[in-house]
Amino acid sequence: MYTLKDKTIAALRVNGLEREAVIRPGDILLDTLRDGLGLTGAKPGCLNGDCGACTVLVDGLPVKSCLMLTAEVIGHEITTVEGILNTPIQQAFIDMFAFQCGYCTSGFLMVCYALSQLNPKPSDADIDHWLESNICRCTSYEEIGNAIRAAIGT
Amino acid sequence: MIPFDFEYYRPESVEEAVRLYQELETAGKAPVWYGGGSELISMARVGNRRFGAVIDIKSIPECRTLGFDGERLNLGAALTLDELSASHKFPLLGQTAARIADHTIQRRITLGGNLASTIIYREAVLPLLLSDAELTTAGPGGLKKYAIRDIFRERLQLPKGELLVSAAVAREFIEAPYFHIKKTKNEKIDYPLITTDALIAGGNLRIAFSGLAAYPLRDVAVESILNDQRLSLEERAEHAAQFLSGVYLDDMNGSSSYRRFVLKNTVVNILESIKDAEMPCIR
Repeated sequence: MYTLKDKTIAALRVNGLEREAVIRPGDILLDTLRDGLGLTGAKPGCLNGDCGACTVLVDGLPVKSCLMLTAEVIGHEITTVEGILNTPIQQAFIDMFAFQCGYCTSGFLMVCYALSQLNPKPSDADIDHWLESNICRCTSYEEIGNAIRAAIGT
Repeated sequence: MIPFDFEYYRPESVEEAVRLYQELETAGKAPVWYGGGSELISMARVGNRRFGAVIDIKSIPECRTLGFDGERLNLGAALTLDELSASHKFPLLGQTAARIADHTIQRRITLGGNLASTIIYREAVLPLLLSDAELTTAGPGGLKKYAIRDIFRERLQLPKGELLVSAAVAREFIEAPYFHIKKTKNEKIDYPLITTDALIAGGNLRIAFSGLAAYPLRDVAVESILNDQRLSLEERAEHAAQFLSGVYLDDMNGSSSYRRFVLKNTVVNILESIKDAEMPCIR
């Protein structure tokens, strides 16, 4: 049985690197990434699982890091927006002007990146379904959709 | 940040989990079962829930089961909504699960977590109510089996310390023609104005609702009205809507009179689809 009772130094695998962070059993992943590891790409938004600004990947699948305990991801592969540098989806966001203020962008990038990795030829319905998890208050939805379509070549 | 400390445990068997719960309870740690954690974390963050230990059930094999055992489909309590949907094992449950929250959160919310939620909608229970599911729990006295109607009365009424392990559904209900209709106030992703699940079993319509009342609702008296061949389809819907007149929610998502209106129209559409043999129908 895995047990975490007190504050401890946890080994985490983030963006392909072995990292260590001091965590409490009650720490959420978003706080560990930002405050413990200095990875500030994942953004605190609603902190309630609604907006998706804090989205990261755990074992390649998007999760909202505000609603996940760090204790749950020990032994799993975490990917943040800092780990997908120079990927086609990032360039597509630039080319398609798929952001305005940019606060939601890292979350959208993670969802789009995961979808493109898992399903290289997603349908429009697939894209819409995945993107519904995230909110852009600047309403760049059209451009974000265009970006992922450009990145996957459809 | 969650503003209090607690301990985290991830047992690997039902027995270990139940024993651990008893030990932590005796030690005054106020333990809670932890599946996806979305509701617990949200509530803890704002001070609406406090606990001294969480027992994560996701490494317990019985809580992760997904498959047929003879003529019964077993569904572990720690399966996520996304897993239920993607498996296509129980189409009505999969359709219902796929409309709860959003695609990312559906990978966190578990079947057990949705059934035990403090949020009133608990839509995942609707297919289980319609299919007379049997719930397996584990406690100090060992495993217990409950007919869902005996343990889910408006909400899941588990005795303290009992763990919801799984649900079992007979194949005849899984293969039955069904309807899933979710209506929201505005956005596609939202709590339901009314979610209606229905299936045809033994030639009769079974129907259950979320969002109509302050709890998920299946009422055999309503089904008797809707299956009364002496009445026209319109009369059946009107009588059913009248029968339920004391339960309609009245809130920011819709007034009670609007819910009554939507209910009646939804029921008429279902009855007309059955009459026209347009089954199964997914909406």
